[in-house]
Parts: sequence; C-alpha cells; structure tokens
Amino acid sequence: MKADVHHYDLAENFVFSDKARKSIFIILALGIVFFVIGLVMVTMGGGHEGHDHALAGNGDFITTAGGEGGHDHGHAYHWTSRLKVTLWHNSLFFLGIAVIGIFFTAIQYAAHAGWSALIKRVPEAFGSFVPYAGVVLLAVFFWGGHEIFHWTDASLYDPKSEHYDEIMVGKQGFLNTGVFLTLTVLFIGGWFAFWYAIRNNSKAEDVEGGTKRFWRMKVLATLFIIFFAVSSSVSAWLWVMSIDSHWFSTMFGWYNFASYFVAGLATITLAVIYLHEAGYLKALNENHLHDLGKFVFAFSIFWSYIWFSQFLLIYYANISEETVYFWERLRSPIYGKFVFINLFLNFVFPFLSLMTRDAKRKTIILKIVCYAVIVGHWIDFWLMITPGTLKENGGLGFLEIGLAMIYAAAFAFVVANALTKAPLIARNHPMMQESLHHNI
Amino acid sequence: MQIVSEVREPLVIGGKTIKDVTNDISRPIEAAPPRDWFAAMFVSVLLLGTGGYFLGDMLWNGIGRWGLNKTVQWAWDITNFVWWVGIGHAGTLISAVLLLFRQKWRTSINRAAEAMTIFAVICAAFWPVVHMGRPWLVYWPLPLPNTYGSLWVNFNSPLLWDVFAISTYFSVSLVFWYIGLIPDFATIRDRATTKWPKLMYGLLSFGWTGGARTWMHYESVSLILAGLSTPLVLSVHTIVSFDFATSVIPGWHTTIFPPYFVAGAIFSGFAMVLTLMLVTRKVYRLESYITMEHIEMMNIIIIVTGSIVGIAYTTEFFIAWYSGVEYEQYAFINRATGPYWWSYWAMMTCNVISPQLFWFKPIRTSLVWTFVLSIVVNIGMWFERFVIIVTSLHRDYLPSSWAYFTPTMWDIMCYAFTFGLFFTLFFMFAKFFPVINMAEVKAVLKESSSKNYRARRTITEEPLPPLTVPVVEEKTAH
Repeated sequence: MKADVHHYDLAENFVFSDKARKSIFIILALGIVFFVIGLVMVTMGGGHEGHDHALAGNGDFITTAGGEGGHDHGHAYHWTSRLKVTLWHNSLFFLGIAVIGIFFTAIQYAAHAGWSALIKRVPEAFGSFVPYAGVVLLAVFFWGGHEIFHWTDASLYDPKSEHYDEIMVGKQGFLNTGVFLTLTVLFIGGWFAFWYAIRNNSKAEDVEGGTKRFWRMKVLATLFIIFFAVSSSVSAWLWVMSIDSHWFSTMFGWYNFASYFVAGLATITLAVIYLHEAGYLKALNENHLHDLGKFVFAFSIFWSYIWFSQFLLIYYANISEETVYFWERLRSPIYGKFVFINLFLNFVFPFLSLMTRDAKRKTIILKIVCYAVIVGHWIDFWLMITPGTLKENGGLGFLEIGLAMIYAAAFAFVVANALTKAPLIARNHPMMQESLHHNI
Repeated sequence: MQIVSEVREPLVIGGKTIKDVTNDISRPIEAAPPRDWFAAMFVSVLLLGTGGYFLGDMLWNGIGRWGLNKTVQWAWDITNFVWWVGIGHAGTLISAVLLLFRQKWRTSINRAAEAMTIFAVICAAFWPVVHMGRPWLVYWPLPLPNTYGSLWVNFNSPLLWDVFAISTYFSVSLVFWYIGLIPDFATIRDRATTKWPKLMYGLLSFGWTGGARTWMHYESVSLILAGLSTPLVLSVHTIVSFDFATSVIPGWHTTIFPPYFVAGAIFSGFAMVLTLMLVTRKVYRLESYITMEHIEMMNIIIIVTGSIVGIAYTTEFFIAWYSGVEYEQYAFINRATGPYWWSYWAMMTCNVISPQLFWFKPIRTSLVWTFVLSIVVNIGMWFERFVIIVTSLHRDYLPSSWAYFTPTMWDIMCYAFTFGLFFTLFFMFAKFFPVINMAEVKAVLKESSSKNYRARRTITEEPLPPLTVPVVEEKTAH
C-alpha cells in the first residue's frame, strides 16, 4: 500500500522583517525606560517597599539561610547591589531558556519523537543565546559576585576574624572562586559546544539528506543529555543554591531544572505560535500545538510536584536549618505574597486552563498561559535569588521588570537572527512526514 | 492516514497477519499446559507452601520471630514492601504513561506488565498487613467511624497516606488491566469449542460485542484511566518515599527522595518486566511480537532511570558533605564504610555501575545480557531499600543502642512466601489469560508488521524500497 503524502512547500526561510524588528525594539525601548525609572527610584531611595518592616517576625529566630546570623556584617546595602542581583537573576533565567532549547532538541532525538520534526528549528535556534547570556553572567559575577554570594567573603574563613564561620569553612572545597569559575566556564562552554555541533549537524542534513545525520544526531543528543544531567544540577547548586550559603536541599538541582524546563517549553510554544501567525510553518496544525500544550501542562505539574515535595518535606521535618529558607520568604512582607503568586501562576493557572483538550489546541489560550508561566518562573527565580542577597531591601519593581524586558528583547533578537541562518523547516528530517501527518 | 518513518523499526515482525495474532496468542490458553508450566507452577506452589508455613508460625507466635531488635525496628519487612511496590510501577507506567505519549511499542508488553504490577502490589500490601502482627485488625488503618470514642487514624502520618495511595493505585490498575482484557476474553470466548471455557470467558468478557460503539467506549475509557493512573503511579512511590523523608533520621530526611524513589521504582519495575517477558517470550514463542526492538527500548528506559538514580545517590552524598550536618555526613560515610558496607557496594554495583553496560548496543540487544542484568538490577534495588532503611537505623543518635540486624529464617521464608505468591499468580495468568493484548497489537499491525513496513514511503521523493519479507533474526538467542 502506498502512503499518500501531503505536498507542503517545505522550503521556508525566515526573514527577520522590519515589523518584527520594530516590535522587538519597542519592547527594548520600553524596557530601557522602565529600567532607567527603576534605577532613578533605587538611587533616590525609593522602591524600598519593605525597608521599615525589617522582618518583624524573625527576631527570635536563631539563624538565617545565608548564615549571617545576628551579625549583619560586611556589605551594607547599596543600590548597586539591587542592580547586580537583578542582572544575575535575568542572566540566569534567560540562559536557562536558551539551554532548554538545546535540551528539548536533544530529547526529541533521544526519544525518537516524530511529531516535533516540523518545529525543530525553533528550539534549536534558542541555543544561539547561550554565549551572550553566559558572558554577561560571568561579567556580573566579576562585578557583583561579592554582593551576590556571601561565601566570597574571605573573612568567613579567617579564624581570627569575628565573622569566622565553621560551616562555611566546611564548604570551602566547593564554594570558592576557582571552582566556581572553572565549572561555570566548563558548563556554559560545554552547552555552547554541544549546541554548535548539533546545529551544524542539523544544517548538514538539509544539504545531504538521508538518515546518516539523524543517527549522528541521536548520539550527540544522548551525549548532551548526559552532560546536561550533571551540569544542570551542579550549576544550580553553584549559581543559585549557594546564595543562601548555609542552606541546602538535595532536590534543588531538579527544582531548578523543572523551573527552567517549563519556562523553556512555554517560550518554544510562543515562538512557534508567533512564527505561524507571521505566515511561517504553514504545515503546522493544532495537533502540534496540542503536543506543545501538553508539554507545558505536564511539566507545570511536574514543577509543582517538585516544589511541593521539597516544601512538604522541609515543613514536615521542621528542622530550623532547613525551614529558614521558607521562613525568610513566607514571613517577609516583601516576598511572602510572591510565594503564592508563584504557585498560582505556575501551578493553579496552567493546571486549570490547559486541562481540556480544546484549550491546548487554541493559540489564544496557549499564548495567555505561556506568558503567565514564563512570568511565573521568572518570579520563581527571583524568589530563589533575591531574599538571600538583598534581604529586606529587595523588591520587584521597574528595575527588575525593565531589565527582564531588555533581556527578552535581546533574546528574541538573537534567536530571530539565528532562525534566518538556516531554513525554517528541516526538510530532510527522516521524521518529517510523520510530523506533517501528526494527528492526535 | 498515519505515516511511519523509515528510521523506526517495525513493531511486529515475521509478516504476521491479524489471524496469526489471534492464533499465536490464544494457542497457549486453549492447549493443555506444557510440562515446563507444571514444573514452574510446582516450584512456585512449593515456595508458597514452605514460606506459608513460616508465615503461619510467625503470625501464631508473633513478630519476634523476625530478626528485628530495639534499634532496627524496620528491616526486611519494609524493605520487601518498598521493593514490591517499586516493581509494581512498570505496568501502569507502560500502560498509562506510554499511552499518553502515544508510544506504540507498548502494545505487546502492556498486558503482562500490568498483570505483574497487580501481583507485585498484592505482594507489597502483604507486608504492612503481616507487620501489624494482628492481621485480623487490618481495617484499623481505614478511617472508619467506630465505637472507641473519637479514635481516628492519624491523618498526619505518611503511613496512612500510603494506605490511601496504594489502595487507589491498586484499584485503578486493576480496572485498567481488566478493561484491556475484555476484548481479548471475547475473542477467546468466540473461539471456545467446549462448554466451560465458553461459559467462563463469556462471563469474563462482559458481553463484549466488538461493535464500533463498544470500541469507541473502550478507547475513551482507556484514555480516562490512563489520565487517572499517571498521577497515581507517581504518587504511590512519592508517598512511599515520604514514609522515610518526613522523618528526622539522617539518611532518610532528604528532599530529593520523592522523584528519586519514583525513578528507582520504574527502574526496578522495568527490570522485572524484562525478566518475566524474556521467559514468556521464549516459552510461548512470541519472538515476532516482543521483538529485539521492544527489549532494547526497555533497556534504554533502564539506563535512563538507573542513571537518574545514580545522580540522586551522588547528590545525596555530595549534599550531605556540603550541608555541614555531622549526623548526615556520618550516615553516608557509615553506609559506604560501616558494618553494612557490603550492602552499600552491592547496591552501587548492581544499580549504578552494571546498567551502564546497556550503553553498548551489542549488550542491550543481547537476550542473555538483558536477562542477567534485569535480575542484577532487581537485586540492586532490594539492596537500595535495605541500605536506606537498615543502615540509617542501626546506628541512631544514641551510640549505646547501636545494633546490627541479622535476618532469621522467618525473615527469609516470609520473603520467599511473597515470591511463591507472585509467581503462582503470574503462571496462572500466563496460562488462563492472553499474555499479549491481541486487540491492541492488531491495531498497530498494519503500520508495524514487517511485511507492510518495507512498503512505506517516508520522504516525498524517495524511491520505493523492494518488497521483501525479512527473516526473523535472533542474534544471540539461546
């Protein structure tokens, strides 16, 4: 029996139109305006929503997750700290989305998935942002590492100093600038190298055809997944968990990964929808959207599962060294409400709105949910990073939102540019006909 | 219509037709059992009987027959419980999660895997019941209105959550499995020529007609049950991990437990599926249905979940050091170098190191290697639970009460009893029920049988490959 084959024109090339550029620049301009307003506000001493409250409920508490105990020594708050922290937060968040693009591409190959062949150039392009975010991340570490990471304080390790901290001495083998920089460069460099290899292999398939490149891609994808399985956890300990330098949780690496993964999936979905609306990916139909929607839905639940498991186990065991992490967030007049906003945006909202089959097949619902989820996970990372660094001087205002918009514009610009560098549809992908006929 | 890419292997090989499927799979049910079956059944019943003797003796005389002591109050009992529950994960994962992921290769292994799940959960549920010491009070963990005043179960206890999780999981898995069996029972009923099978399979098949409407209902019920079972399959082992992780025992209280236990459960579940399927495949000559491709897929799931478990072990170890908590650090050092070092290294070797052999294609496509490693993995997963439970307990916060646990004959034989129970049930299943879901294999046959497979076109301009019937190849069989 012969299979009847649809004849779509698969020769699509993405053109980075003036219209698209304009939209991106508007976001960028707005972001810059917000950012400047935010800067003015923090330098003028505004935006200190919680300054006067200073953790009223925390007085009787013996320790903090950062380990600074009663002695709030060293870095007095200066407005640049807030700038450094938000730079760190945004660099990490968008670096994560970029890496998820590579990871998503890799799992499609490792799992032998057919449905996604049509859209595979989109997540693949995400990886192009890795070097930019990576360089900024390193620069922020050099500039603001001392404000972000309590463990960079040399006096902690000096027995003569009043800040001497035995616990931190115990961690010194891992938490030191040498290990931090080596691993950071290794991970970001590794991700970029894998992306480069995957991308080249993928482009070569367009020219050569056949299945040789597919099988090679499978090997590359598997190797990347192994590398990512280790690097995602270790980088989460280094870049995020070590901010609250006394605190620890074995779940933390997977929790970070879950947050990244949902944000990345939502970004992929949005990018696919916008490309389709701009007249590209003509063969895309609601079955592909349905699968993307399922991914966002399923992994939102996965994130909630991880979040809840971590919370419940710490809450239930009630060991003060561990509960302090949630205590600092839930009891804070600044952060408390965001814990619930975080749970609403990342669990309740996607769970309820993407529950039905129809919802996953409608672009408008997907768009709303994906934006909500991206904002939600951005807040999730903000909640991981800010309380430990800025304490009660933190905030979520024009500065943070403006910088996020600048990053979003930069991300969109770099990814759109990368999309122009290769045909938008990998026409020789051996799964292409499966993807075109995808029907669920 | 559905198009299948050339890079996919066929799911059914040997050029089977729909009729062949029915014949091949109904044959063992209709024929008299072979001598091997009687031999296997004899061994199972023997285990059941001798294990049952020790079990009865233990119940009569009390839990003191086991080797538990005042420090190690939980040992083989709960280890076996977690081990069996873990094994009970693969079936529903295959039937539910793989259905949601539209993985068609599930069709020829889901039936036996689900049966195995149900029997494993029965063996698991056995442990908390006998561990009560007074199994006739088995209804006490249920929140029933009672005449003892305001005496209720402890809703704060993860052990109670376990009661709910496992009973729900068992019920839904059973229904899911049974719904899948109905069309096949109807097939056997229609083929039956004698009175009793006609009657029995007629009753079992609930008057299945095979009409379009019934199939429509079948499909939607399958999807609904898959949707229900997916959170359940994850919740069961999550809550089992809560039994330990909500405590403040070093080595137990760690936040990574829930997902790590789930991964470990899937790992051991797939290993057990492989052990059973390789035997069934050989005895019933099902090589065309459970192909090397299926075995390889399952082995890949074993590598993935085994590596996840390996990462979790390393994470626990690292964070114990990183935390600076002395008790936590000691618990892990004690695991690796203390009196139970041998069980720790048995776990590491069997669970983390040996499954890595499956990275090599010749190994993961070898029947002998697969069979051996599937058993190795299950030994490793038993040791994992033993290590977590016994090594964390045996040296508690008070060094004067440190103790060593040694199993008694009753520990061993009660465990043997559950093996007897498991295999007796499985062999009964293999004799009286179709071990492969005929209806669902037929549904993928058109796309997947190797005869049609070569005639598929995948890339638009590609020339048609020659139509040849490939020979069933068995590289390393026997």
